[in-house]
Amino acid sequence: MNSSETEVGNLGLSATEGARPGHSSSLVLKSFLGLLFRDLRVLAREFIPFLMRVGMQPLLFLFVFTAVLPRMSGGNPMASAGTANFGVVLLPGLMAVAIMFTGIAAVALPLSTEFGITREIDDRVMCPLPLWAVALEKVMFSSLQGIIGALLVIPMAYYIPAVPVRADVHNWPLLALVMVLSSFLTGSLGLAIGSFVSPKQIGLVFSIILIPITFLGCVYYTWAGLDKIHWLQIAVLFNPIVYMSEGLRASVTPSVPHMPWWAIMSALVFFTVVLGRLGLRGFLGRVLS
Amino acid sequence: MIVEIENLTKIYTSKLRVVAVDGIDLELKQGEIFGLLGPNGAGKTTTISIATTRTLPTSGKVRIAGVDVVEHPAQARRLIGVVPQYNTLDRSLTVYENLYFHCRYFAMSHSQAKARSLELLTQFMLTERKGVYPGQLSGGLAQRVQIARAIAHRPTVLFLDEPSAGLDPQSRMAMWSAVENLRKEGITVLLTTHYMEEADSLSDRLAIIDHGRVLALGSPEKLKTTFGAKTIFDLKLRTQDGLEALAATLKARPDVTNAEVTADGLRVIAASSDGLLPELVQAAAGHGLRDLTITEPSLETVFIQLTGRDLRE
Repeated sequence: MNSSETEVGNLGLSATEGARPGHSSSLVLKSFLGLLFRDLRVLAREFIPFLMRVGMQPLLFLFVFTAVLPRMSGGNPMASAGTANFGVVLLPGLMAVAIMFTGIAAVALPLSTEFGITREIDDRVMCPLPLWAVALEKVMFSSLQGIIGALLVIPMAYYIPAVPVRADVHNWPLLALVMVLSSFLTGSLGLAIGSFVSPKQIGLVFSIILIPITFLGCVYYTWAGLDKIHWLQIAVLFNPIVYMSEGLRASVTPSVPHMPWWAIMSALVFFTVVLGRLGLRGFLGRVLS
Repeated sequence: MIVEIENLTKIYTSKLRVVAVDGIDLELKQGEIFGLLGPNGAGKTTTISIATTRTLPTSGKVRIAGVDVVEHPAQARRLIGVVPQYNTLDRSLTVYENLYFHCRYFAMSHSQAKARSLELLTQFMLTERKGVYPGQLSGGLAQRVQIARAIAHRPTVLFLDEPSAGLDPQSRMAMWSAVENLRKEGITVLLTTHYMEEADSLSDRLAIIDHGRVLALGSPEKLKTTFGAKTIFDLKLRTQDGLEALAATLKARPDVTNAEVTADGLRVIAASSDGLLPELVQAAAGHGLRDLTITEPSLETVFIQLTGRDLRE
């Protein structure tokens, strides 16, 4: 008796909730794609600037540290970093940085102006989608750009250094998962920064958040290499970039010492969820009053 | 009723407690142009924000064609078009693309969106500007694109928030005629304004609101007759001495409805100005008359009688 009542109740609910169930979910998908097409259109128009934006930093980094310094005289103290081995450490690190800066450039910067000055996000938040879907689209699109940016580093690391650095991928699913999770993580970080920080202060974010998490993100060195500075090795565990660098290390240059995959995965999932919730809360707070 | 607003309130509590909307009830009929007239800060924009799913009410309900905007915001957004106070056109897209992608956000296919955008460009005389970016448009043109964009998905109700704010007189006239034309398409329009000429000439019905409450509701004509629109004389005087006595004398006259002392002089409300003006000037001369403003019967005088203050104050 009880179970049949519940069934009837459920049926009644679903009938009122979605008067046109199949129809309405396809409308939602179409709206979502509309937002995605808009972003693709804008990206296509600015594709060259986009490539320069994501490519410049790894290009110069690899050039100076793996092509110029190793060719300089042995007396140069900086050249000790510039060994062939350094390129192998740098490849996954620079991929992580490319993903991170894309998350900021593709979500935080535009969102901050769109909320703060031009309000041009209005038309998109007024589309017939739940607001979380509008935020998700932003993060998804930024993650697409982040992945493109990270993949760009692979050929650069092969052609620029004095000794070519080869990506040595054995575990493709791991690489795919790390890239997707990392790019969602930084997209969420971008969402949070874009929603909470006013356009006037967005420059400050680079100095007080992005530069520290990059330099302390196991980008230019491995986490295992920090064992002599134990306090730092513990402190950087709170930095999400560490898991992106280490995760890419585990999948792109597995011969270099790296954290175990399960630790990387759990931390990436944890930080994505935390930052995702924070970002969404900030986004909703800006859109709804 | 296509729009039902029931006992709507919105209280902001963040820093100062501000009652922006204080129990508003309104009903809009299908196809009418409805004006919300009130000074800045009266609660017009908050009311529109709630109805367009951008602000959550403290209490009360808004239904658009029967859909509750708080419970089903995404569904409600299909039924409404919004022209906000500010230029919110997408700066990264051309005029054509602003319309085209708006249609795509509302689930139209590529060919439907293209056809609808081209149709709107023609209707709003924007075809020549289709490839231009919003940053290069004048205020009037940008407003036209915003109206075109807002109706692109064929909404049932269009919300216009202060549509003529910041427009030159010519663009304002063009905007009015664009709104008039929407009537032919059967779109219900809710517009807010603090220009009484705009409310008077555009609206079929209007509500005068202040401090978050509806003070009067009806057609412009009805409001003017009900509240016996009168001529208002505002006298600015140098001295305040003996003004109370002067006000009392004036009030005793049969053609004067009311006379009261204001911060910088005297306000006299009268049925007509015939014969009264020279006497007023004479009576005020002793108090150092330095300025005299006469407001002819209009919605503005209705508003002043209802609230005791100017729309633009």
